[in-house]
Amino acid sequence: MVIKQIKPVQLPGVLLSIGIFTFVLMAVTALLTHSSSLNITDIWSDAYYRHITVFSFYQAFLSTLLSVVLAIPISHALSRREFWGKTLLLKLFATTLVLPILVAVFGLLAIYGNSGLFASVFAYFNLKLPFSIFGLNGILLAHVFFNLPFACRLFLQALGSIPDKQHQLAIHLGLKNWYKFRFVEWPYIRGQLPHITGLIFMLCFTSFATVMALGGGPKSTTIELAIYQAIKFDFDLQVGALLALWQICLCAVLAVFIQKISGSVLLSSNFHSIKNTFIHDSVFSRCWDFSWISLIVLLVLPPLFMVLISGINLKFFVVLSDINFWYAFKNSLLIAFFAGLIAVCCAFFILLASRQWRLIGLNGRADKIEMLATIILVTPGLVISTGLFLLLREFGSLSAMSLYIVIVVNALMALPFALKSLAQPMLQNAQKYELLCASLGIFSLNRFYWVEWKSLRKPILQALCLSFVLSIGDLSAIALFGSHSFSTLPLYLFQLLGSYQMESAAVVALVLLVLSVGVFIVVESVFKEKVVKVKE
Amino acid sequence: MIEFSKVNYNYQQQQFHFDLQIKQGSLVAILGPSGTGKSTLLNLLAGFISPIEGDIKINEQSILKQAPYQRPLSILFQDNNLFTHLSAYDNIGLGLHPGLKLTDLQKEHLQTVALQVGVEELLTRFPAELSGGEQQRVALARCFVQDKPILLLDEPFSALDPILRVAMLERVQSLAKSENVTVLMVTHHIEDALAVASDFIFVDHGQSLAAETIDQLKVSHPNKHLAHFLSVQVGDAKLIK
Repeated sequence: MVIKQIKPVQLPGVLLSIGIFTFVLMAVTALLTHSSSLNITDIWSDAYYRHITVFSFYQAFLSTLLSVVLAIPISHALSRREFWGKTLLLKLFATTLVLPILVAVFGLLAIYGNSGLFASVFAYFNLKLPFSIFGLNGILLAHVFFNLPFACRLFLQALGSIPDKQHQLAIHLGLKNWYKFRFVEWPYIRGQLPHITGLIFMLCFTSFATVMALGGGPKSTTIELAIYQAIKFDFDLQVGALLALWQICLCAVLAVFIQKISGSVLLSSNFHSIKNTFIHDSVFSRCWDFSWISLIVLLVLPPLFMVLISGINLKFFVVLSDINFWYAFKNSLLIAFFAGLIAVCCAFFILLASRQWRLIGLNGRADKIEMLATIILVTPGLVISTGLFLLLREFGSLSAMSLYIVIVVNALMALPFALKSLAQPMLQNAQKYELLCASLGIFSLNRFYWVEWKSLRKPILQALCLSFVLSIGDLSAIALFGSHSFSTLPLYLFQLLGSYQMESAAVVALVLLVLSVGVFIVVESVFKEKVVKVKE
Repeated sequence: MIEFSKVNYNYQQQQFHFDLQIKQGSLVAILGPSGTGKSTLLNLLAGFISPIEGDIKINEQSILKQAPYQRPLSILFQDNNLFTHLSAYDNIGLGLHPGLKLTDLQKEHLQTVALQVGVEELLTRFPAELSGGEQQRVALARCFVQDKPILLLDEPFSALDPILRVAMLERVQSLAKSENVTVLMVTHHIEDALAVASDFIFVDHGQSLAAETIDQLKVSHPNKHLAHFLSVQVGDAKLIK
């Protein structure tokens, strides 16, 4: 019955979704069957596991609180001020979330680290740095660095969707600062609040590379990291599987909870910052806005700036003439390119299937097929890698396969983001052109080229860039499979940081930064869309 | 000749029943209150939806098995008639070949039709650079390059001002006459029907009256629903007479 309702164009997507789900399930099962006894209550009876569980929640809670609470006044200030470089600043905000984590960590270390900028200023006055970046401090700092700009951007979008007329009405009614915020702006922010809070909490809760680089010891360890340590260093699959199961349960509960509280808030996808008619200005409100904007500028810019300037040092050519660097470079490009390509292709086919259902009002079915493919969100990438490792080791030598495993795991991890960024444009295309294509007989390849590709080239390439950058900076899949003979740039950077070769690390961080930001710039300029003058 | 014989269709507890015939070469206005099935009638004929029972025939041949693009008709929607990312030329060309592989003969044909519809100057432009009326003219040109014997209009000109709207309809009327095309147009403006149509169909509560000639469209019509519809729609002096 259901089979009959599936159109041919939906078939690849449906099969892909089910395939991905089965694949993930198999990997998880492989891990679970390799451990003899699994008793989830063991977690609570063990003091250490209890500690890391509590710590995972604690750090995620604090990170989320800081990011979201600070984002409200900052985005509010940004929404009503125009200043030189604002566009560039907002573009930078968009990059912090996809920036390779270790690049940001390097930037933060260069400022707040034990031999960073602050430490040298203190040393000049013969003082000791009053804080250490390792442990909870560093984790919070890094999480706020990644998520605060992200939250700001989302709130800014919400504020930008306030109709012009409402601003005019507010002026007309004499609503000033606080009252305007309370009655006009806050409702728009509040609408986004559950969704943003949930998303950031989830990102912080499953954070891996940040905690690995800045945790600094067993005291500040998350479940995600503990799984890695159990498998990689203690070779203890039993504990790894147990913790993985625990993490999956917690993530699933969290995901369902977040879905419940956030409902479906859809923002208009194309964000135009409108000219805010701001008449009630005063010295106080200018100072207020100025301080918040300074705060975010001081948080975001210096680490990135430090990556740029410390990357050009005496070791620059030494690193560039090291063959290991080029191996890592080649692997990174290979992995990122293929993982990105696979993720975007899968997303495209899955959305072809789901949008057909949305067109005829079967949203539940469409949501399900998309959810199956994003199962990775509740399954740590590490668990998939380990499961795959166990599944595949019977088939041949692992070192030969690790490249493919890392590509597949990275593609799976990028898929939810690719899906998210393509869903809206693809649905809109179908809503506009489905009947027209049917009446003109535009199908399959013709449809892809003339209708989808010609109009969606920009979002498709953006999704590709996004997946590429996410994969090029990923550390969680490679951490397990990496070795001296098989490494990527983030792993190479991590090893350099671990052995305190800061100058070489700076060079690699710079290369990664240039690669990640560069790919966006190159794609944007090569495929610049023809500007069409709109006739009134 | 278009024939709906005992066609039944259900949509969300609303039932539709159509049983009517349309002469070749006529220009038929489909009238009726909104939400009563005017567009459903067109969608059944175009093949976007399929009836539960009954048959739809064109020139004695059932078309139910044919996909929308195989049916001998072209269609103009209310909006989204043009791909916004393609030029007017490409948009028209897609009516000739779904992959835009045009022969020299087809290219020539395209130019001729563009001239007839009056869009020859606009061919290099994109939809965003065209006014609402120009956009619908480009779409109309595409319908005519398709060379199909039937043209369906699903209120394509309703967003235009009254004078332009009637001008567009008159253009359609003269083109249809010279190419011997049968036209079915959904409209809720009685004056459009009176201006160009040769026949009309009244749709109400999912049922249709058989096609009648346009001179029967009067408030004195024996069908009470139609008479009521007309008297509410317009207090037009011409009609009341």
